[in-house]
Amino acid sequence: MVSILDIIGPVMVGPSSSHTAGACRLGLLARNLVGGTPQRAHCELHGSFARTGEGHGTDKAIVGGLMGFRPDDDRLRSALEIAEGEGLAYTFEKTKLGEENEVHPNTVRITVERDGRTSVMTGSSLGAGRVLVTEIDGYPVEVHGNHHTIALVAEDIKGSIARITGLLAEDGVNIATLRVSRQHRGGDAFMVIEVDEQPGEMVRDHIRALPWVRWSVRLDKVSS
Amino acid sequence: MFHSLAAAISDAESRGLRLSDVALELEARDQGRPVAEIRDALGRALHIMRDAIARGAVGDLKSNSGLVGGDAAKLRTGPAGPLSGTPFRDVLMRALAVQEVNAAMGVIVAAPTAGGAGVLPAVLTGLADARGVPDELVIDALATAGLIGAVVAERASLSGAEGGCQAETGAAAGMAAGAAVEMLGGSPRQCGHAVALAQQGTLGLVCDPLGGLVELPCVFRNATGAAIALAAVEMALAGIEFAIPADEVIDTMGQIGREMDVRYRETAGGGLAATPTGRRLARERLHQLKKR
Repeated sequence: MVSILDIIGPVMVGPSSSHTAGACRLGLLARNLVGGTPQRAHCELHGSFARTGEGHGTDKAIVGGLMGFRPDDDRLRSALEIAEGEGLAYTFEKTKLGEENEVHPNTVRITVERDGRTSVMTGSSLGAGRVLVTEIDGYPVEVHGNHHTIALVAEDIKGSIARITGLLAEDGVNIATLRVSRQHRGGDAFMVIEVDEQPGEMVRDHIRALPWVRWSVRLDKVSS
Repeated sequence: MFHSLAAAISDAESRGLRLSDVALELEARDQGRPVAEIRDALGRALHIMRDAIARGAVGDLKSNSGLVGGDAAKLRTGPAGPLSGTPFRDVLMRALAVQEVNAAMGVIVAAPTAGGAGVLPAVLTGLADARGVPDELVIDALATAGLIGAVVAERASLSGAEGGCQAETGAAAGMAAGAAVEMLGGSPRQCGHAVALAQQGTLGLVCDPLGGLVELPCVFRNATGAAIALAAVEMALAGIEFAIPADEVIDTMGQIGREMDVRYRETAGGGLAATPTGRRLARERLHQLKKR
């Protein structure tokens, strides 16, 4: 759902909402996957990101986002220099992530590494600073970053949804949307839960510790 | 938010409300925030828009590459033209000013995008200042612009890489025209016609920035986009109706965008970017950028 404040906004450092602000938000989302500024990041730029990214500061914006800078942060202008001081080793590669009509023209795949944890995220900048994460660690997702989001893969057991929503309720977290899908009966269930409040570390650890949860990530909201 | 302007217009008219009223009401419900909070956020956006206009109007900014900057001030202090002393010239100045700030990596409000960020503030503040419209009404108009932009985002696109410049300065012109008509007392129905009139004038507009930079022609295309918005405002307030409904004009924009060759979608592969001078300037300026 598109919000008025997504359209009249973001307040941002120029020059491009898709190549600068959106790119920064994708960096912010990828940062979440390893719980802080990564030590290494490899960014594969596709389409228009690859062709005109440099002139728009896409590289600066993604690296700035990875360090936790938001789209209106003046430091984005010098993000590449700051990254060296922060111990973030970044590399960029221009590539083709798929066919023209299948992959959004402004797409990046970011591989982040921090304290031995590695994660891979594919996301697109849709225009007007809006973003869509389409894949995390090989799992197809649909995360817009307008809400705090929890994505997880669980074995298909009875009561799994009740257990997860129960944990969130105990933590005082209200659920905005909940999507559950699975490949087949008895196959892995995939859940994407958008919530109103930022879930605490505790609830995240609880979910991760459930024996039937194979994989889970938490992505903080990146819209203004 | 609404998926069609027609739905928003009929909702507003049936309840005797303005488009901004239904936009704010729906946004408050969708986001679970009070209307006052949303208006505060729009008020901050207006403040940043005015700051960017003031900053760009000074005339001392140069873009990263040096391709653009300093032209807004010429409309302030340069030789007079036939439209000197009218809001028209002032609106053009404001559109250039915001885009010059954007190109210099300054702070702007992307509305709907950074590349098209000059049109809306130029048209709304330019007309508001000329007519003594209070900020409260300009803030309401921003909500209307947001609603129009949300419909464009749902039905077509707000990205030059997807739909060409018709999806950026074109969408901005539609948003600005509809919002300005409300701000100046027009009916929701007239707002719809203003959106259609502005957007029809930008159909097919390509995105062809030199070297892929949001500089040239982007800065000037914001001024011409604002001019198209002003034309639409004038026509809609005069009672002119456009036969094709705004939603269908927006759908057409989306369709043309999908069929547009990739060279005309922000890739610097065609249009002005591919002219002999465009290529030469891009080469020289990008070379300088790398040296710095």
